[in-house]
Amino acid sequence: MAQDKKGFSHDLIERNTLLLIVLVLITVSIGGLVQIVPLFTIESTIEKVEGVRPYSPLELAGQNIYLREGCYNCHSQQIRPFRDEVERYGHYSLAAESMYDHPFQWGSKRTGPDLARVGGKYSNAWQVAHLVNPRAVVPESIMPTYGWMKERPLSYGDIGDHLKTLKIVGVPYTDEQIANAKADLEAQKNPDGDTAGLMKRYPKAVVANFTGEKTVTEMDALVAYLQVLGTMVDFTKYQSKQLQQ
Amino acid sequence: MTSATLTSGATLGSQRVSEDVRYHEDAIRLFVIAAVFWGVVGFLAGTFIALQLAFPALNLGLEWTSFGRLRPVHTSAVIFAFGGNVLFATSLYSVQRTCRQYLFGGEGLAKFIFWNYNVFIVLAALSYVLGFTQGKEYAEPEWILDLYLTVTWVLYAVQFIGTVMTRRESHIYVANWFFMAFILTVAILHIGNNINVPVSLFGMKSYTFVSGVQSAMVQWWYGHNAVGFFLTAGFLGIMYYFVPKRAERPVYSYRLSIVHFWTLIFLYIWAGPHHLHYTSLPDWAQTLGMTFSVMLWMPSWGGMINGIMTLSGAWDKLRTDPVLRFLVTSVAFYGMSTFEGPLMSVKPVNALSHYTDWTVGHVHSGALGWVAFVSFGAIYYLVPVLWKRSQLYSMRLVSYHFWTATIGIVLYITAMWVSGIMQGLMWRAYDNLGFLQYSFVETVAAMHPFYVIRAMGGVLFVTGALIMVYNLWRTAKGDVRIEKPYVTTPHKATVGAA
Repeated sequence: MAQDKKGFSHDLIERNTLLLIVLVLITVSIGGLVQIVPLFTIESTIEKVEGVRPYSPLELAGQNIYLREGCYNCHSQQIRPFRDEVERYGHYSLAAESMYDHPFQWGSKRTGPDLARVGGKYSNAWQVAHLVNPRAVVPESIMPTYGWMKERPLSYGDIGDHLKTLKIVGVPYTDEQIANAKADLEAQKNPDGDTAGLMKRYPKAVVANFTGEKTVTEMDALVAYLQVLGTMVDFTKYQSKQLQQ
Repeated sequence: MTSATLTSGATLGSQRVSEDVRYHEDAIRLFVIAAVFWGVVGFLAGTFIALQLAFPALNLGLEWTSFGRLRPVHTSAVIFAFGGNVLFATSLYSVQRTCRQYLFGGEGLAKFIFWNYNVFIVLAALSYVLGFTQGKEYAEPEWILDLYLTVTWVLYAVQFIGTVMTRRESHIYVANWFFMAFILTVAILHIGNNINVPVSLFGMKSYTFVSGVQSAMVQWWYGHNAVGFFLTAGFLGIMYYFVPKRAERPVYSYRLSIVHFWTLIFLYIWAGPHHLHYTSLPDWAQTLGMTFSVMLWMPSWGGMINGIMTLSGAWDKLRTDPVLRFLVTSVAFYGMSTFEGPLMSVKPVNALSHYTDWTVGHVHSGALGWVAFVSFGAIYYLVPVLWKRSQLYSMRLVSYHFWTATIGIVLYITAMWVSGIMQGLMWRAYDNLGFLQYSFVETVAAMHPFYVIRAMGGVLFVTGALIMVYNLWRTAKGDVRIEKPYVTTPHKATVGAA
C-alpha cells in the first residue's frame, strides 16, 4: 500500500495543511455553485404569470406570525403535480407564487394538510374557530390551540419598515405602498371603511373584521394571510404549456 | 511510509507520544459534560413533542409550549447542542493526540469557545420559545445570533486548524481531514444560508436576502449539508479516531479512506434538491440532486466498510466491550440510513415518502443510530481517560444502555416506516367511483397508534441516556461497580489473543 509511485501522491496533501484546506474548499464549492447560480440567471425559472403581488401589510404581518409559530413545521405550501394532490388541494404550485416569500414556505412535512391554496376554502369565521380550538371543528385534529392569539393586539407600528426592508431584498413595494402601510393594514380589518386605496394597491385582498375584536389582533393578521394563499393567480387564463419552467 | 504513519496514527495515544506534551483537557471535560447534559435535554424535548403529536392537549394552550415553537428547540438541542459539544470534545481531544501537539490558542481559547457556544445554544433555544425565528429548518436563529455563532465558529476553526498546522507529526491523520472539511464547510453553509437584512438594528426580525425558489434551493443546500458535514463528516472524524483506538486495530484501508473522503465531500453538496422533488424547483436541479444522491451511496458505504472492517481480527471484542458495540453499531446504522437516503431520493420513491413520517424515521435512524451511538461510544471512551480513572463504573450498565436505546430506535423507525408509507398510500388512494378515498384528517387519525409507539421508543432512548448519566457520574467519582465482568469464554480464548 505504500504510495511510492511516481507522479501524484496523496502524501503531498497529507503533509500540507493549506493545500488540504484549498482542495477541500474547491471540492465542496462546485456542487453548490452549479445548482444555485443558474436559478438566478435562467429566466424561465420563474413562470411569467399575472396576479402575483407583494403581500398587503396585514397579510405580511400574518405571514410573520405564521413563521413565528413555526406553522411550516407541519404544513407545506407546495402542491406537487400529482392527480391526487391537484384534486385535494388545487392547481400545482408555481415558482412565481412564492417569489415574494422571504423565506419560502414550501415546508417539508405534512402533519397537517398543505396550505398553498387554502385561501377562500373556508370562511373567516371557520378559520378563527379552528385556530382557537381545532378540535371544535375537526375532532380528529392534532393541531395546537391558538386561543391566546385572538385577542392579542398586533404590534404593527413598524410595518412600514418591514415593507422597506423587503424592498431592499427585491420585493417591488412602491413608495405609495410603503407610505400607506399602516393605513392599509388598518383598512383591511375594517370592511365599513374606505378600502378603495387598499384594493387598488393589493387586488384580491380579503377585507374583514376577521376576529370581531375592536383592535387589530394577531389572529386577524394570520387569517388575512391564510385567506390570500394561492388565490392570486387566475389559472383559467393559462394553458399548461405557458406554465413550463 | 504513509501507511506506516497511518497505522501509528490510528494507535496514537500510546506512551511514546507523550514524552513532552501534556495535552489540554480541562475544556474537553466541559464539552463532554455539556454534551451529556444537552443530549438528555434534546432527547426529552423530542419525546415531549412526539407525545404532543399523539396527545395534542400536551401543547398546553400556551404560546411557548406549542409544537411549532418546541420542535426547533428539539432539533437544535440534539444537533447543535448535543452533537456540537460532542464534536468539539472529540475533535479537540483527538487533534492533540494525532498531531502530538497542545491546542493552538491553549486551554483559554478552548474554554472561551465552550462558553460562547453554549451561551449561543441557550439564547437560541430561548429565542425560539419566545417566537424569534428565521423560519428555516435547522437555521432558525435570527441574524444577531447567527453573527454571534459565526465569531465562535471562526475561533474554533483557528484553534483546530492552528493545532493541525503546528503539529509534530509529519502527516495529517485521516480523522483530521474529516474534521477540517466539517469545520470549513459548515462555515460556508452557515454564512451562505443566513444572508439576511434586519428590519432594525435593534430588533430580532430580519428577512432573507433571497426568496421563493432560490431561497428553497439555498435552504436545502444548507439543510442537507448540515446533515452531510455536521452530522456525517464530523462524526466520521470521530469514527476514524475512536473505532481504531477502542478496537486497537489500524484503520482497515488507507486507500479507501482517501477515495471515500474526497468523493463524499464532493458529492454531498449536490444532494440538496432531493428535498425539493416535484416542487417548483426546475427539473434540471431535481435531476441533479437525485443523481448525486444515488451516487452518494458509494462513498457512504466506503466509510461504513472502512469503519466496520477496522474490527478485522478484533470481532470478539464486541462480546466483551459494549463501548465498542456502540461504536460498531453506529457504523452499521450509518450504512443503513445511507442506503435508505439514496433510495428515498429517487423521484418515484420520494413521491410517496415526501411530506410523510418516513422522512422523520429516516432522519432518526441516522440521528439516533449513527450520530448518537457513535457519540455515546466516544463519551464512554473519553470519560475514564479525562477523569483519570482506570475504567468505567460499570460495563454492564453500558450494555443495558445499549439494548434499551437500540430497542427504542427500532420502535421509532419501524413505527415511522409503517405510518409514513401508510399515510403516503392513503393520500393517493382512490375509491371505485374515482374519488379520493380518504380525507386528510382520516390519515391523521390513522397515525395515532404509531405516534404512541414512536413516543415509547423515545422514552426508551431517554431511559438509556439516563443510565449513561448515572454510569458516567459514578465513573467520574472514581467508583467501580461490583459486577460480573465480561470475559471471553475459554474455548474462544485463542481468537482475541493477538
